[in-house]
Amino acid sequence: MKIFLPNSVWIGNIDPFLEAMDMSNQNSLMISSHKKWVSVHPVVLTMVAALGLKMLQNQKKIFFEKMQATSKHYFERIGLFKLLKLDSEMQIKEHESSGRFIPIQVIKTPEQLDTFVSDMIPLLHMEKEKVEPIKYVITELVRNVLEHARSEIGAVVCAQFYPKSNTIRIGVSDVGIGIKESISQSYTPKSDAAAIILALTPGITGTTRKIGGTSENAGAGLFFIKSLAKVNRDFFMLYSGNAMYKLLREPKDKKIKLLEDPLKDHCSFEEKYPHWQGTVVGIDLCLTEHADFDELLDSIDKFYRQKRKEKIKSLFKKPRFI
Amino acid sequence: MREILIYERTGNFAGNKDIARDIRLNEILPYIEKEDIIVLNFNRVESATQSFIHALISDVIRTYGATVLEKLLFKDCDSKIQKVISIVSEYMQEPS
Repeated sequence: MKIFLPNSVWIGNIDPFLEAMDMSNQNSLMISSHKKWVSVHPVVLTMVAALGLKMLQNQKKIFFEKMQATSKHYFERIGLFKLLKLDSEMQIKEHESSGRFIPIQVIKTPEQLDTFVSDMIPLLHMEKEKVEPIKYVITELVRNVLEHARSEIGAVVCAQFYPKSNTIRIGVSDVGIGIKESISQSYTPKSDAAAIILALTPGITGTTRKIGGTSENAGAGLFFIKSLAKVNRDFFMLYSGNAMYKLLREPKDKKIKLLEDPLKDHCSFEEKYPHWQGTVVGIDLCLTEHADFDELLDSIDKFYRQKRKEKIKSLFKKPRFI
Repeated sequence: MREILIYERTGNFAGNKDIARDIRLNEILPYIEKEDIIVLNFNRVESATQSFIHALISDVIRTYGATVLEKLLFKDCDSKIQKVISIVSEYMQEPS
């Protein structure tokens, strides 16, 4: 496998990065990077880390071409080399990471997730209201991995705060069974793309076809997270198998309405990417826009009320007079 | 009346579904027919995920019907927690 870390990757322009990944030879992983400057979304870091951990697990080789970019120290500080047991040949003075990033972490159990969520709060140095959606997103995404992904390496998480835009970017990746296989326990999607659409549709869970889900799964988690991005006009991406769904930023002047069909959102959606065995989720949360988490909950509540109303209406039978 | 203090189990962030399931199985369901009122007290809990609330109450609603909400009460909920509880109650009553 070959991965090239380009000059700049964020969710908005991630497509060429994904298309350039060479997943053909599973016996080794070669990582190279742009020579001058590398700036990547945390979701990219979690993908690289997840693939690297999979290689280590299977006792395969990782070759990380010596980084020359002036931003190379970032990769050391975020913990990529340490996690993959690679010698970066960099000697850096560790700064306290408070308020800037959450280093790449591996989470394998619900207990580790609890610890991670409480430990990350002081790292972010933010007010309670701003931390709330971050805790929410990470908890729900990692929990999805632990429950459904069967990922040998667990969930790989990373986040980075960008003060200029007041945005936190979060990535969660796994190398498990992927959405198609997971959802196939109750549905029969014909492709990765069809599986992704099912996974984003509220009320659809891989564990059952029953309305309301099972006692532990409602099929609402990804819908909530996508909605969080939508309400705040942020990016969200979901990549599994050969398909990637990307929620694009809603135009500022457009009124936001939550929709059941993810394809009716302002999005890009294609099934042309190298096969990712597992699932990758990336999200941006602009914390300025996030002042009101209440607004999201109101929108979701409104959505479900409307859905219920429509369902009752559809079941209502008018008398037929002949 | 039986009162369950959620904070004692979750701390200020109720996100662990295993804890929710444990409360449901061991502290709600065995008592739902014996008690006239069961109070889920969210005092000091600052936020809760939809998954947590779903694991806590969805099966109770499914098993006993929506009328169970007349005896299953939610105390001292932050407005956001109230909203998450309302959302879960809403979709659990969606007609099939």
